[in-house]
Amino acid sequence: MPSLKVVKDQIVGVKKTAQITKAMNMVSAAKLRGAQQKMEDFRPYAGKFNEALGSISGNMRANEFALMQAREVNNAEIIVVTSDRGLCGSFNSHIIKMAEKLMMKYEAEGKKVSLVCVGKKGNQYFNKTGKVRKSYRDIMGNFQMFNAREIAQDVAAAFIAGDTDEVQLIFGSFISVGRQVPKTLSFLPVQPIKAEEGAEAPSGGQQGAYTYEPSPEEIMDVLLPLYMNVMVYNAMLEVGASEHAARMTAMDNATNACKDIVDSLTMIYNKARQAAITGDLMDIVGGAEALKG
Amino acid sequence: MATIHLEVVTPSGPVVNEDVDIVSAPGYGGDFGVLANHSLFLSTIKIGGLVYKQGGKENHLMVSGGFCEVSNNKITFLVEAAESGHEIDVDRALRSKERAEKRLAEAKSQQEKVNLVRAEAALQRALARIKIAERSPR
Repeated sequence: MPSLKVVKDQIVGVKKTAQITKAMNMVSAAKLRGAQQKMEDFRPYAGKFNEALGSISGNMRANEFALMQAREVNNAEIIVVTSDRGLCGSFNSHIIKMAEKLMMKYEAEGKKVSLVCVGKKGNQYFNKTGKVRKSYRDIMGNFQMFNAREIAQDVAAAFIAGDTDEVQLIFGSFISVGRQVPKTLSFLPVQPIKAEEGAEAPSGGQQGAYTYEPSPEEIMDVLLPLYMNVMVYNAMLEVGASEHAARMTAMDNATNACKDIVDSLTMIYNKARQAAITGDLMDIVGGAEALKG
Repeated sequence: MATIHLEVVTPSGPVVNEDVDIVSAPGYGGDFGVLANHSLFLSTIKIGGLVYKQGGKENHLMVSGGFCEVSNNKITFLVEAAESGHEIDVDRALRSKERAEKRLAEAKSQQEKVNLVRAEAALQRALARIKIAERSPR
C-alpha cells in the first residue's frame, strides 16, 4: 500500500492539471469563435472572387499565362500549413503525415521535393530532412492578408523562375468543431477555374459584352496572383479554426481523463486510510488483550 | 436621382453596402466614374482613393489592389484592403511614407528589384492614405 501522503499529493497534482486543461479548453472555445468569425467574414470575398474569375477565365486558353502553364515536373514543392502550437491532439501530425506521404510519392517518381512550412509545427518536424526551402513561424496567431500575400508571391516567384514545376498545398480543413481533416489542393500551375454551380446566371439581368479595362488577358495577370493569395489565406484561416477546435477536443478529453485518475486515486487513498485504521485497531485490541493476560 | 448599388468587399468582410449616386475609383487607365445604369464593365483597381457620393455627402475610401465589376446596376469592388478616410492614422501614414522613401533609395542603390517593387507599393499606399485623410472631414 502506498503511504497516505503520497496518494494525497498525487490527487492534488492531478486536480491542478485538470484545472489547467479546463481553462485551456475555454480559451480555445473563445479563440475558435474568433477564428470562425474570420472565416465567415472572408466567405463573401472568396465567393465573389471565384465567381468573377470563373467568368473571365472561362473563354481563355490556360497556356497563355505563366502561372497556369503545366510543364514536365522535375521539382515539386509542397506548402505545409500547420499550427504554431501543439497540445491539439493529432491535428498537426495528420497534416505532416499527409505531406510526408506525398513527398515519398514524388521521390519514388524521381522528382526533387522542396517544402515551404507555414506554422512552427511543420518546420519542427521537417527541419531535419533539410528540404525546407522557406518557413514562416509564429504567424498563425494573428495573421492578415498581407502575410498570405508574402507567402503566395514567394512561391509564385520560384515557380516562374523555373525552380519548381508543381506546387501542392496541404492544410487542415475545418469541417466542423468535431471534425478536421488534412486536405491537399493543387496550387500551381493554377487550375482552370470554373464558375461555381448555382451562381447567379447573367441571363436574367443585363445583356451584352463586358467592357474590359485593360484587356481580359491583362486582367488575368492581375487576378491570378490575387487568386493565389486567396488560396493561401483560406488555408491559413481553416488551419486557424481547426487548431482551436482540435485543442478544445483534446483538452476536453484531458479534463475527463484527469477526473478518472482522481476517482481511482481517491479509491486507493480511501483503501489505504481504512487499512491504516484497521491496523491501528488491531494494535489497540492486541495491547488490551495482552494486559488482561 | 437614380442610384447604383455599391459594394466594397475585403477579405475581412464587407466595408460598404449601400445605394449611392456616383462612384469614382482608381482604375487601370486612371480614375473612372460610374453612374446609375452603367454598362457592363470590369476593371482592375490600383492603390488609391475611392469616392462615392450619397445625397450630396461625399465619402472617401482608401483601397488597395483588386478589381471591380459593374453589372445590373450594381458595382462590386473586390479589394485586399479598404479604409475609410476618417479611420486613417495620418501620423502612421507619414511615418510609413518616410520609411518607404528610405527603402526605395536603398533598393535603388543596391539594384534589388523585389525590394524596389515592394517599397514602391508601400510608398503609393502611404501617399494615397495621406491624400484621402486630408480630403475627408475629421
